Formats: sequence, structure tokens, C-alpha cells
Amino acid sequence: MRVELQRIHKRFGPHHVLKGIDLTVDTGTIHGLVGENGAGKSTLMKILTGYLSRSGGRILLDGVETEFANPAVAARAGIGMLYQEPQDFPPLTVLDNFIVGRESQPGTGWKDPRRRLAQLADEVHFRLDPEAVLNKLTVGERQQLEFLRLLGREARLLILDEPTTGISETQKARLFQALRHIRDQGRTILLVSHKLEEVSALCDRVSILRHGQVMGEEDAPFHIPRLLELMFDAVPSTTPAYTPHTPGAELLCFRNVSSPGERTGLWDCDLSIACGEVIGLAGLAGSGQGLFLKLAAGLSHPSQGQIWFNGQQLQGMGYPQFKHLGGCYLPANRLEEGLISGFTVLDHFALATNSSRSRARQLAMDAIRQFNIRGQPESPVESLSGGNQQRLLLSLIPTDARMVLLENPTRGLDVGSARWVWDYLRHQYAAGGVVVFSSAELDEILSVADRILVFFNGHVVRNLPVNQADYHDVAAAMTGS
Amino acid sequence: MKDLPLVVLLASVLATAAPLIIAALGETITEKAGVINLSLDGSLLLAAMLAFVTSYETGSLLLGFGVGALTGGAIALLVGIFGIYLGQLQVAVGFALTLMCRDLAYFLGNPYSRLQGPQLLAWKIPLLGDIPVLGPLLFQQPLVVHLGLLLIPLSWWYLYRTGRGLELRAVGENPQAAYTRGIDPRRKQLLYTLAGGLLVGIAGAAFSLGIKPGWGRPQGIEGIGWIALAIVIFGGWHPVKVALGALLFAFLQVVGISLQGIWPGVPAQVFQVAPFPLMILALLLVNLLQRQGIKQWLERRPALALLLHQVQGAPPRALGRSFHPD
Repeated sequence: MRVELQRIHKRFGPHHVLKGIDLTVDTGTIHGLVGENGAGKSTLMKILTGYLSRSGGRILLDGVETEFANPAVAARAGIGMLYQEPQDFPPLTVLDNFIVGRESQPGTGWKDPRRRLAQLADEVHFRLDPEAVLNKLTVGERQQLEFLRLLGREARLLILDEPTTGISETQKARLFQALRHIRDQGRTILLVSHKLEEVSALCDRVSILRHGQVMGEEDAPFHIPRLLELMFDAVPSTTPAYTPHTPGAELLCFRNVSSPGERTGLWDCDLSIACGEVIGLAGLAGSGQGLFLKLAAGLSHPSQGQIWFNGQQLQGMGYPQFKHLGGCYLPANRLEEGLISGFTVLDHFALATNSSRSRARQLAMDAIRQFNIRGQPESPVESLSGGNQQRLLLSLIPTDARMVLLENPTRGLDVGSARWVWDYLRHQYAAGGVVVFSSAELDEILSVADRILVFFNGHVVRNLPVNQADYHDVAAAMTGS
Repeated sequence: MKDLPLVVLLASVLATAAPLIIAALGETITEKAGVINLSLDGSLLLAAMLAFVTSYETGSLLLGFGVGALTGGAIALLVGIFGIYLGQLQVAVGFALTLMCRDLAYFLGNPYSRLQGPQLLAWKIPLLGDIPVLGPLLFQQPLVVHLGLLLIPLSWWYLYRTGRGLELRAVGENPQAAYTRGIDPRRKQLLYTLAGGLLVGIAGAAFSLGIKPGWGRPQGIEGIGWIALAIVIFGGWHPVKVALGALLFAFLQVVGISLQGIWPGVPAQVFQVAPFPLMILALLLVNLLQRQGIKQWLERRPALALLLHQVQGAPPRALGRSFHPD
């Protein structure tokens, strides 16, 4: 199936997410779609599968203009999507999962689904027990099942969204083999990924998306530095903005830590962080850095290994104890996890310091002045802008904290606010403690951190002082190449 | 127990349990599709009242049951519209409806209090009714008993052996995924909420036209709706186990009455409330089984694990959350 997308636009309220995408995918090819998180890849695919409506543009399938009201219509037109998070039913069996939805989908062989499943599995060398309950399967096996289901209803265009997240190397090899096999049968495959190594191994052609626009198209064989250049913004100056503190005694230590969870888990993490360090965690979203922070805060417990903070083992310690030891964790979702919606600034100080209202009012006034928060003690927190919410969160960290863990601390902040946040954090906490933060902006990490940890697929693949880190090397490491 | 032969005891357990089985299976179907209809207690009362009044005025039991079923269906429709399509909290809608329907039943049914009306009597099936033991147990019962008993395999078969039942469960587990496969989750949910409501309505009629004949304030079935809701959880959302839960509850009720004669020292209430602590215990067990540590402990005890696996039942994952395509 030949797919043509013409000038596709998508707006979510004031946000212009897709800004006129033009994309053509030829029949019988594997076409790659790469880009950073937030480049608009997933949105574009959801539009193509009828899950989202578009704000403008045309979709042509084999030259015929098409309109999809919902996924059922797209499915009937022969479009099938393998979602990043398996869209299946864990308490049901493999066979049941294979069957659900068959009435609304074309395809032959539904009279004997068990035989059909076995036949399809044979064809691409997958092995699945039809009676197994999905709960007991690995993500890779669940994905194989979805793949077979899409084959079974004769999808002519198969869209795969980050198909290798959380699956093993053997499963990956098997999947790639199957993909090549069905391409050679004449099916069209659209592979959405930010793992360049995989894309270049598999694709015939690649389109690069950045900030909702197509930045370029490349044909195989690919030149990875060229793809990286198109994928990320222009290489910024990476001169550190701060002079590093002299590292002191060890404060946080991971000893052979492994933990399932999030999307990729975190595996064989072994490192030590000393007083006076600012550590930046780099990696594409969901590569293990979020889990690393949760583990360091004792909010999640490893299945193997030990984590020590300030001379104490975290296992079995609750968050209040962790805080008492001088730790503090600021999650990325300010309103969902960090602040209490509906409570005022004053309420937050009263809660955090367990003090009387008049004392809390005094603290809130001080913080508003010192942190330059645009708001009143009586302002409900949801009425503050993102930047001011972040300043409020920072003002709530005890000033004597020894370890501050932050998830995307400057997300949504303008350059000036971000600069202010870093001046404050480095001045207040980095001298006598550690600051560990994750960020989606590589240049931010390279300019404010002392040391960088690069995460890929649940592993720490680089652990370097920033003055020895090379932008291209780090960007490549983030994408697994 | 001396003066109460076992067969008579069991027959009355079946008769007592039948409406409860019907109501609890109705709610099981609704909840399996991911919708929680909390209005059961009020629905049962309103359906019971309207069924009785209809039968009293027309003399037709069939019309009475029909009106009862429609009442349950209409209330379920409200839960569906507000809870599924308008995105209101299903629990809140259901709770409000419970209170409203109860008071409505008392208010509208007042003129019909304490009247003698038509009643569904036990029907002795020729030949079959003469079989020893099985005859009095199964074939000298009112028709609702047969309906309740038939519903057990029927609902199991529908849920676990048909394509539509599979879609029903799929919607209750992951409406999002069902949507991507071309199923309209909200339409399915509305359909099964209605189906469940009809059964609850029939159960209400079965009370006022059978087990607790007539109408009054109190009618005598207050609280039964909550028990039906609890039994669905107790039975782990599995129709057969839910029915067993209803039978256990009815058994304890009947035995409570007869044991009172043997041990006058023990208050009857002890036997009547026994199902509740039992249910809490079962819930505790189910929840404990989800714990990582307990799972590991059980892995070394396969026999116990197998046994406990039978009582374990997980709620449909999307239970009570309404689905919105974005």
C-alpha cells in the first residue's frame, strides 16, 4: 500500500504539534520515522490510524483520498498499528486476545482461529502457547502476538511504534526477520523509532521529524551522524557554565542494582556519587533514568543489589526517613505528584513545615520574595504558571537537604527561569551535597552538570565527567549506536 | 434440625437464593463489562414495588415481572447515560439512584401497603416432581428458582464461550485496546448495563411476587442489593462462584432460623451476619495474594497455591472508569 500524507496539521488547543507534514511511503518498503521525544511521531501515527482527528491536510492510500472516523475504519482500510504499550487484554489467553475484534476486521481463517494463529506463527517462526494467559508472557511475546494478529487480518500497512522497547535481543532479531519477511511479501511497514542503530539496520528509507516538521529524508545506506544532525537541534556550545566543586565523601551508592519497572527497568547499575557533584541523567524518555531517581529516593525497591545513601541502606526505608536523612525528590509532574491541586501556597508551607498558619504565612511571604514567585500566599497552586510552580517546589525543599533528586526540573521553563533555577540549586545544594537530575535537553545537562550518566534501554551506557563528554558521542549513545 | 429434613432445608435455601442469584449475576455481567451499577438496593425495591402493584391491579404475574424488569432496565439506563456517556462518577450516580429509588418506592407504594396480592407459587412438574429428593428440591419450586439456576451456566457460557462474551470481557479489561480493534466500548457497556439492570428488575419482582410476597415498609429486602454487590466481589466476578456465594448466603440465613431452635442461646443475628465477616476475610485473602512476598511464599507450596488460586478473582481492570476516545 502506498501512503501519502499531505500537509498534515494537528493542533491541541494553543499547541501546534504538527506543522504541515508531507510524507510518502512506497509499497513494499520499510520506512523509518525518527525524531526526538515530542517531535510529533506518535501524534502523526495516531492520525494515520484514525485514533486522532487531524486539524488539516490530506491522507491518500494508493492514490485515493481517505477519511478515518475511528480505528475501525482505518483497520478495514488495511492499516494496522503495533502500539508501544501493548494494546491487549492481560487476563485473557493468547487465543482470546488473537480473536477479540475479529468481527470488525477483514481477514480469512477466522473459522478456526487456533489453526490460523499456529499457521501465522509458523510462517514467521514465533512460538506462542495459545492457552497461556497473557499475564505470564513477556512484553516481547505480547508484541509477537499483536504482530500475528495484525498479519492475520491482512493489514497492508503495518505501523510499529518503538517496537523494541523492553524486549530481549533474541526477540528483536526474530521480529526484524519477520518484518523483512512480510516486506518481501509486498506489505508496507512504517517503523517509528528513535534508535538509529535499529532504523539503519532495517529501513529502506528514513524521514526525520523535529518539532512537528519533516527535517529531511535519507535513503539506505544511512550515515548516522547525518541523521543525528537532522534529529537534534544544532549542536550548541557545551562549555560548562559552572566550575565543578571538588568531590568529597561518597553520598549515594548503587551496588549491582537491578530492578524491573517503568518500561525498560534498570539493570546492573553500579556507581557511586560523591558530595559536591551535580549529576545529569541523559537518555530518551523512559530509558531507565526515571526509575533510577525513584530507586535513589527509596520510592521503588530494587529486585537485586543494594542502594546506600548517607551510610544507610535504603531497603525498607520509608520516604519520611529518607527525608530525615537529608534526601528530597521532585517528580516531573508538578501538579499531579509534587503539589496538591486546590491547596494554596500558604497551605503548602503549613503542610511542609508543620507550623501554625501565621508562621506559614510568614514563610510563604519570604519564599515569594526570595524565589520571585508570581503569586500570593492565598493563590491556589494550579493558578500559578509552570515556572512559578517549579519555584514554589524548590522553595519547599529543606535548605539543609543533602541530596536533591529532580526529574526534568526545567521542563517548560524559559531560558531565564531555567538559569535562575540552576544558579540556585548549585549554590544552595551542590557545595555540601549532591544534585541529581534528569533532562530531555542534552545541552542543558552538558552545561550545568559535573558528570553525565547516559541511559539506554535500562542500562547506564556512559558515565563521564562532562568536560570529557562529546556531544555526538552522547547523542549516539542515547540512541543505542 | 431434627424436625427439618435436609431436603426441605435445601429446597428452601434454593428458593431463598434464587432472586439473589439473579440480581448478583446481573451485576456480574454489568461489572464484567467495566461498569459498576451501585443502584442495586434501590432498583430491587422499586422493581419489587412496581411489580407487585402491576400484578395487583391487573392480576397478571407475567405483567408484574415485565414491569419489574423494565424498572431495573430504566434505572440501569440512567447509570449508563450518566456514568458511561456523560462521564460522571459511576459510583456517585449509582449511589444517588439507590437512595432516590428507595424513597420513591416507599412513597409511591404507600397505598398498596399490606395488601394481599397475586403470588408466584411453587409449581410441581408432573412426573419429575415425584422423584425422591430431586423432586422436592428442583421440581416443586417456583419458576424463578429454575430461572436463577439456568442463569448460572447460561451466563458462564455467554461470558466464556461466545465471541460476544469475549468482547464483553475485553471491554471491561481494556476499553482503549478494544477501541483500537474496532469495538465501540461505550455501546457494549451500555448494552450490558441494561442487560444487568433487567435481571436486577426481575429479581426485585421475584421478591415481591414470591419470596417476600406483597409490599410494605419495610418490605424485608432492604440491604439485599448491597449484599448482591458484595457477593459479586466475593465470587471474584465469576458467575459460578458468584452463584455459590449467593447460595452460601441463603444457606446461612435459612440455617440461622432453624439453628435458633436448637441453640436458643445464640442470637439468630449471628448466623445472619456471618456472611459479612466471611466476605471480608475472603477479600483480605484475595488482596494478600497479590502481594509479592506472599506470592514467593506460595511458590514453595504448590498445593496451597492451587487451592488459593481458586478463590482468587481480580476485578475487571477498567471497572468504574468511563472510557473517552480522545
